[in-house]
Amino acid sequence: MTSAKSKPGSLLIKGGHLIDPAAKINAPMDVLLRDGRVAEVAPPNKLRGGADEKFDARGLIVAPGFIDLHVHLREPGQSYKETIATGTAAAAAGGFTSVCAMPNTAPVVDTAEWVAWLRHPERGAVVNVFPIAAATRSSRGAALTDFAVLQRAGAVAVSDDGKPILDEEIMRAALRLGAELNLPVVQHAEDTRLTEHCSMHEGPTSFRLGLRGMSAAAEANIVDRDVNLAQQIRESRLHVAHLSTSDALKAVRRGKRGIHSARVTCRVTCEVTPHHFTLLDEDVGEYNTNFKMNPPLRSASDREAILVALADGTVDAIATDHAPHATHEKQVEFERAAFGITGLETALALAITKLHREHKIPLTRIVELFTAGPARVFDLRSRGSLARGNFADVTIFDPKKRWTFEAAKCRSLSHNTPFDGWQFTGKVIATIVGGRVVYRAD
Amino acid sequence: MMHRLHSYAMNKPARGSLLGIEHLEDKEILGLLKLAHRMNPLKARPLLRNKRVVLLFYEASTRTRSSFEIAAKSLGAITTLVQSSGSSIEKGESLLDTGYTLRAVGADAIVIRHPSAGAPHLLAKHLDIPVINAGDGMHEHPSQALLDAFTILKHKKSFKGLRVAIIGDVYHSRVTRSNCHLLTRFGVKITLCGPPEFVPDVAATLTPGLRVTRHLEEALRGADVVMLLRLQKERLAGQKIRLQDYIARYQMTAARLKLARRDAIVMHPGPIIRGHELTAEVADGPQSMIIDEVHNGVPTRMAILARALGKAK
Repeated sequence: MTSAKSKPGSLLIKGGHLIDPAAKINAPMDVLLRDGRVAEVAPPNKLRGGADEKFDARGLIVAPGFIDLHVHLREPGQSYKETIATGTAAAAAGGFTSVCAMPNTAPVVDTAEWVAWLRHPERGAVVNVFPIAAATRSSRGAALTDFAVLQRAGAVAVSDDGKPILDEEIMRAALRLGAELNLPVVQHAEDTRLTEHCSMHEGPTSFRLGLRGMSAAAEANIVDRDVNLAQQIRESRLHVAHLSTSDALKAVRRGKRGIHSARVTCRVTCEVTPHHFTLLDEDVGEYNTNFKMNPPLRSASDREAILVALADGTVDAIATDHAPHATHEKQVEFERAAFGITGLETALALAITKLHREHKIPLTRIVELFTAGPARVFDLRSRGSLARGNFADVTIFDPKKRWTFEAAKCRSLSHNTPFDGWQFTGKVIATIVGGRVVYRAD
Repeated sequence: MMHRLHSYAMNKPARGSLLGIEHLEDKEILGLLKLAHRMNPLKARPLLRNKRVVLLFYEASTRTRSSFEIAAKSLGAITTLVQSSGSSIEKGESLLDTGYTLRAVGADAIVIRHPSAGAPHLLAKHLDIPVINAGDGMHEHPSQALLDAFTILKHKKSFKGLRVAIIGDVYHSRVTRSNCHLLTRFGVKITLCGPPEFVPDVAATLTPGLRVTRHLEEALRGADVVMLLRLQKERLAGQKIRLQDYIARYQMTAARLKLARRDAIVMHPGPIIRGHELTAEVADGPQSMIIDEVHNGVPTRMAILARALGKAK
């Protein structure tokens, strides 16, 4: 870490413009943090009493701490790709004060012990880590894990991410158990029976490059089925991870409409990644493996549908699917290269550069997608808003700052990003977790 | 911090590399065809004297391998064959490490055949010597497209206004992708024909001047060139297609061939499977140029190697 850690005494964030969508605030406000909580939010210069420290936020946006519902921190077992320490340092640099860690590690996080291990202070996390536990044992898709025990140990959701829960009966059982415990089931929606040997989206580009393509239907069919299942189960909670196709969005919309009908009480939510709202399948160029991820980059019409859904409220959260891989796992034949790219340190910059400046999505909505939206999806209590008494997690950013992203300078242990050298507008200036400044831009 | 382990890290393929037809300029294609025309393996100048050409083959090959080897030797080069079996590739050595190793032993050019699309591009990005694609997965097979173009020009004088029917397993065919890139560039109209499993509709988006039909008669009518393709069982990866159905609808027989122009030529990149995509009568018939194609492979590949390494370009 390059930033100096401050004590969690009191910190006054002065002169900034607060965007707190959950509290419906979009105005100049001073924010006082004390003892790890939000002590006071007031119009400029109205706060009396001193603070141990002041943060000059003039010209900057002050927002509730960003929450990433989908990261791969690679521990236990794959610390050559990333560690909890390096992954959370990357999160802090990207403005995230909380990250939800996927369980597809080695071994898979499918026991309370591993959930506790992930949360242990010795892991050296600099932001909050919320484990997502495996939905099935070893994520093999055959037998459910003990959701209640995992939840008590601190898991905020269950998922077999990296793989789908393919078997319909297992998915139904997972949604049922999740409904009993009010625990979201996160689905990696991919009909793997249709995507064997595939390494990118199916379309003109995959045909031209001679690569087997994953059809949009391989995603949409599973989302469709899951929405049907969820609608049959009272109070079930289905969260669709890294949604990437227009047809899957249609299914999610159908699921969300159900909320308002008397007989259905399920909750269907979804997240979208920055790379899916930014890039297209054709950007893979001449087999650039930093553009290979799962789900793959899709067609222009899919991206268009995603942009609409981000603006109109269908999408609940922007999540990075931060997936670090070592150089030797990426500098290989395209078909053999690992799926996934890093994303924590470019998410906000992409959201501002692409969504706000290019597609005119208001900053308030973008902040919502990083804060109140994800907090609601996993019921992260007292987060996602800077209401008095909430955790003192704050993200401060400059929406106008222009900068160039350099992969070589990122905090993540891995550098597998397609955005190396990209010019961005919008930069994280400081990240505060529990009242401590954990990141500060140079 | 991560460090680059190799000083060869480069971004642009070395001059003389041949990764595919798609990104070649028209004049480069015509130049290669012209050069191929001048090449005679029996009376070759030693343009590649003291040059070392490594043939790196991760996949089985008869025609391509032997003709690259004979082409290189005819021009005076030393050749070495490295295959995935019997080399360190079997022990898990990566493609890049294999490339660095071959560069270190003194390779001046690498001719690579690989089951993964884009493998030659990866090698070319990291090596400072020409890389020649001898077939990468389902992507491209540029030397085959050049020798096919060479063969067509021998029989048809010019590309202009030609109609070509390509029948069979287009989806898995790198030869077809390269041929479409090359021929449509010069005004050839191509009809791709086969069942949807082999000829998906998306195939028509590859280049302008392409169309897709399921009907053999439609593909053959007015065709000057009939290209047949083998059903690539090794790349089928779970797809089910019944051979008997295919034969019934698409096998090229002497009777069906009559639907094409009377002076149509029959081509096939090989290996042919008699009784599957074509009958023995067609394979051995007077219109068949299948053996001629193989023969033309040598001067074409001499031209490719001369462009890559020779002084006379």
